[in-house]
Formats: sequence, structure tokens, C-alpha cells
Amino acid sequence: MSASGAVMAPVVKSSAILEVRDLRTHFVGETGSVKAVDGVSFSVKRGRVLGLVGESGSGKSVTGFSIIGLVDPPGRIVGGQVIFDGRDLTRVTREEMRGLRGRRIAMIFQDPMMTLNPVLRIDTQLIEAIRAHADVSQAQARAWARDALGMVGIPSPEERLHAYPHQFSGGMRQRVVIAIALLHKPDFIIADEPTTALDVTIQAQILAEVQKLVAESDTALIWITHDLAVVSRLADDIAVMYAGRIVEAGPVAEVLDRPLHPYTAGLIGSVPSRNRRGERLQQIPGMMPSMLHLPKGCAFRTRCARADAACAADVPLLPVGDREYRCFHPLIEVPVTEMPA
Amino acid sequence: MMPEAGTSEVPPLIDLKSVSRQFGRHPDFAARMAIALKLATPVPMLRAVDQVDLAVRKGEVLGLVGESGCGKSTLGRIAAGILPPSQGSVLWRGQDLAQLPRAARREARLRVQMIFQNPYASLNPRRSAGDIVGEAPRIHKLIAGDPAAFIDEQFRRAGLDPALKRRYPHQFSGGQRQRIGIARALAVRPDFIICDEAVAALDVSVQAQILNLFMDLRASLNLTYLFISHDLGVVQHISDRVAIMYLGRIVEEAPTDEIFARANHPYSQALLAEMPRIETTKRHFTAVKGEVPSPLAPPAGCHFHPRCPHAFARCRVEAPPLKTIAAGHKSACHLNDTAVV
Repeated sequence: MSASGAVMAPVVKSSAILEVRDLRTHFVGETGSVKAVDGVSFSVKRGRVLGLVGESGSGKSVTGFSIIGLVDPPGRIVGGQVIFDGRDLTRVTREEMRGLRGRRIAMIFQDPMMTLNPVLRIDTQLIEAIRAHADVSQAQARAWARDALGMVGIPSPEERLHAYPHQFSGGMRQRVVIAIALLHKPDFIIADEPTTALDVTIQAQILAEVQKLVAESDTALIWITHDLAVVSRLADDIAVMYAGRIVEAGPVAEVLDRPLHPYTAGLIGSVPSRNRRGERLQQIPGMMPSMLHLPKGCAFRTRCARADAACAADVPLLPVGDREYRCFHPLIEVPVTEMPA
Repeated sequence: MMPEAGTSEVPPLIDLKSVSRQFGRHPDFAARMAIALKLATPVPMLRAVDQVDLAVRKGEVLGLVGESGCGKSTLGRIAAGILPPSQGSVLWRGQDLAQLPRAARREARLRVQMIFQNPYASLNPRRSAGDIVGEAPRIHKLIAGDPAAFIDEQFRRAGLDPALKRRYPHQFSGGQRQRIGIARALAVRPDFIICDEAVAALDVSVQAQILNLFMDLRASLNLTYLFISHDLGVVQHISDRVAIMYLGRIVEEAPTDEIFARANHPYSQALLAEMPRIETTKRHFTAVKGEVPSPLAPPAGCHFHPRCPHAFARCRVEAPPLKTIAAGHKSACHLNDTAVV
């Protein structure tokens, strides 16, 4: 791993529960190197929800996998830090990471069957997850498991403990996975599109549950999604990714009401409910460029109406008040010194 | 473009008359004997579509909405002529498809084409894009003149570069693959297109491009659409009328503006309340209770009654018929009767 000149203090103090600094995860293949995550920085505080938004290939999921240490080869974290509780998670040993994962940090995947073992009963799986991190008897673990299922709104949890994953509906399976993630009251949870495959009414039930649990347990939550509508209702803050980089970040209402980056604006404009019925939708011209051949400078400039020669230079993430954007030609001309807090 | 007036004279393009479709194993002789002697329980039959009446008029876009398992895709396949109904009939321009002579039936079926959700699964991975688009018109002898020029024209119409016609499906992006599916459907000059979740698998910005293409093609080729989707925002944007399905039955049918402004059926109301929108300022999710019951054992009476906040005794025994409650607005709810009495 290249230290890339960064100071590696063993203990870093931070007010946020999780701080990602200049994270770089690259996939090296025969045809070249894909910079799936290319210098991503953000932080999350307790009891807050960060919506990490982007389209397929933007690097949002790889960011989540990098934080929790689940990037598979040929992918590799080549730089940056993930500071959690004063420790850099990119530098801890496998054993330390195992002790943290499932206890203090948890991940919820899009497909609940990625978490659940199809040939084991739910009680076996929950009790295993409980006793991996807590020194309790089988009977205590069982009671704990039952309460966990009840907490996420599964009816008659005592009987449902005996069921196998295939005996649950998709929505109920996702609730079981959320119950497993919450077992040890983790400090933060990474959720990767967990409601994308669910129906509207079931998605609303789960989002209501998650909203309540995050508020009650003071957990920090990173919600990875492509769905701006879900983020607008669930998240406090939003970070928009494009081609491996955060192009815009800030409080969710401000970013969605007054986007600064042309890509954010294009994404919001593409949503049908933001357009008049029956009229042509606003569309972003062109396609996401191949990650193997990204344009120099701003990766969005080949699709951007505001781009000019200046955009071929590397754009830094510029702070304005409590927002950040990566653009030389933002949509709202903000006097940098007088941005309201 | 408005649907043609005077529907009494012009029969609808597609008219489904009380169609039903069951799925299940037919018991063999031994099984029938066992059931008759009460040694075995009858084979459960899944009523995917239950006595549905639905007409699509020429030139209109009818949105068909519902959650997974409600039968909307089965209904779409029946309308497309891919799946024969177990009971009921499908009228094409007023003529029963099952009664038509072979050649006329073949001709009618060619006029109805389908576009599927997963463009990768619906394209043969071992044929080039040009072959995929050109196969059906070649077989049906619809190509007058140069086949290569014909295929180029189909590509251009779907927004694809004809230079890509020698490529194979895996060499295209998701949005491009969907364009191949569209080019293939349009190559046989259909009047009626059934889109089954045709934009569900696409990213927001690509979805906007494909929806725009659908709207452009509708105008230039005078197409009629049955647009099946679970995404209310998309349906609201593209449809003239909307039909909402729940557990095999249509519960409400109305012009788009009417249904989004004045939904009558409690299920429609709940579904529309959960519709995720960016502009919403509401921060809390209030979900409908419960899950969609199994279609193998749907509740008696109105299928929605176990989840309905207004259910009363009659709803548990008697299935409400789809009744006209205002001009062009039909709803299947007993509450409409009690309001009058």
C-alpha cells in the first residue's frame, strides 16, 4: 500500500464517528487500471444519515466495501484513510477487522441472500452472530435473537425463529438482515441499496423502521443508493458520486433544491416527477465514460453544457459554507465569502 | 396526441374481456383419484389474473401499475398474445384472436410487440445486434430493398449508431441494450407496444433518455402503449390513463391526472401516498400495514381487506366489482356504495 506521503498517526481524533479521507480503491486488470474510488472524503456523525448517491459504475458501492474491508482482488485500497474511533481501518489486521465487523460496524446488502445462509434456520444464524461477539448462553442468545426480530417489526418472532430464509418474503428477509446488522448496536451501518428490489409499500415500511432505529440508537448510517427520492426523505446529508469521485456534497435539502454541480442538476432533472407530465424529460447527453478511459480533469466535462477549456485541469472539491462541489462553473454563482451557513 | 374519440364506433385496439389465467399443475389420474378419496389435498392453483376487463384505445398510453406478484406481467403477456388466457377472450380491433383464421391471427400478433425489463436476458448473446434486429422482419418478409439499409434505419430510429450492428449484446451498455430491444420490436412495424418494466433496470439518466425515445416514437409512428411498471413516477409521466392492479384484479382505472389527484380505492391511495418524490418535505414514512398476501390463498371478498383501514363486514365476503364512479373513472370498492346509500 502506498502511503502517498500522508502522515500516518496511530491515533487520530475526530468529532465524526467515521471519517473517510482521500480514499482510493483501484482495480488493476490486463487492459489497465480502473480507479473505481479516486480520492473520496467524507464524514458521518452519530445519529445522522448520509445518502451516497450515484449511478452504476460511479464507485458508490466500492466505497462502502472499502470502508468495511470487503474489497476483493483485483481491487485494492491504494491510498487514503478510513478513520473509525481513532483507528485507520485500512491498516488494522484481519483479526481486528473481524472483531469490529458485525459488532461496531455493520453492512446491509441489496440482496438479503448475500447475508443469509439458505440452508440454516434463522435462529441458528442470529445466535451465531450474537455469540461471535458476546459471551452469553444459548438461551440468552435465543431471547436476544427473538427481541431483535420483534424490534424490526417481524410478527410472531418466537415462531419465525424456526423458519428458513426461503420461508420469508423479500421484505421480511431484508428485515431479518437489518435485525442482524443491529444486533450489537453498531456505531455505524453501511446500507447498499437495501430497498431497491422491494415494492413501494414494503420499501416505505422498512424505511420507516430504519429511520426510527437510527434515531433511537444514535447510529450513524451511510445509505448507498441511486434513488434521489429515497435520499430526499431519509438522509440528512448527501454526497453525489460520478466516475469514482464525489462531485457534490452537503445538506440534502440544499443540494436537491439548489444543486451546484451540473451533473447533480442533470440527475435531478432526469427524474420524471421533476418534469411536466407528457413532456420530454431533461436528459444528460451522452453516456458515462468508460472507467478505463476517463477524460482528463473533470470526468463529466464531455457531457456538460457548461464545460470549457479550463475543465481539462483537475478540479478540487471546493468548500462553500457547509457544502462542497467539484466544478469550475457551478450553477449558482456563490460569493464564496458570503455563503450563508 | 389524444386517443381517438367515439370509442363506440372504433373498437379498442386491444380489448381484454374477463380474462383469467391460472398457473398450477394439472393433477393426473392417480392424483385426481387421491383427491376424490380425500387422501390428498387439491393441487393449489395460482390465480395470477382474475377476470380482468381492460381496453386500450388506439393512440393512448395506458399505465398498468402494481406490486410484484399482482399479475401485471401476466396480463401484459396475455395482451401480447404470448400467453393464452385460461378463461375470457382477447379482442384485437374488435375481433376475437382465438377465432381468427391462422394467417390473420399471425398478422394481428405481429402488430403487437413487447419490450422486456432485462434487455440482456431478452437478447440472444450469440447473435450480433444487427441479426437480432433484422431476424423477425426477414422471416416475415417485411424488408423491401437492401436488408443492410433497412437494419441501419432501424438502428438510427432507436438512437443507435448503425456502425455498431456487428457487435454482440455484451459489448453494449444497459441503455444501448434496451435500445436494441426497442429497435427489434419496432422493426416489424407494430401498432401496439407492451413495455414490461422496460426502464426499471436503468439508471435515472439513462431512464430519462429511453422514456424520451418512447415519447418521440409514439408521436412519429402513431404507437399505442401498454406501459407496465411499478414506478409511479414513470407511469405518471408517460401515461394518459392508469390502471392499478392488486392480487390479480384491477382495483382502479382512471385518467392519469384524475387518479393522482383523486384516487378512490384505499389501495391506490396508500400506494400513491408512499410514492417517493424528490420534492417531498415530509420526513416520515407511514407505511401500509402488512404484506401482499400469497396469490395461492388470496383473502376472500376484497383482496385488500386485511390491509385496508376502512374494511367492514361486506368486504370480507363479497368481492367488489369495478364500477364507474365518475366519467372514465372506475373503482372496485364497497365504500362507494355505502357513500350513496
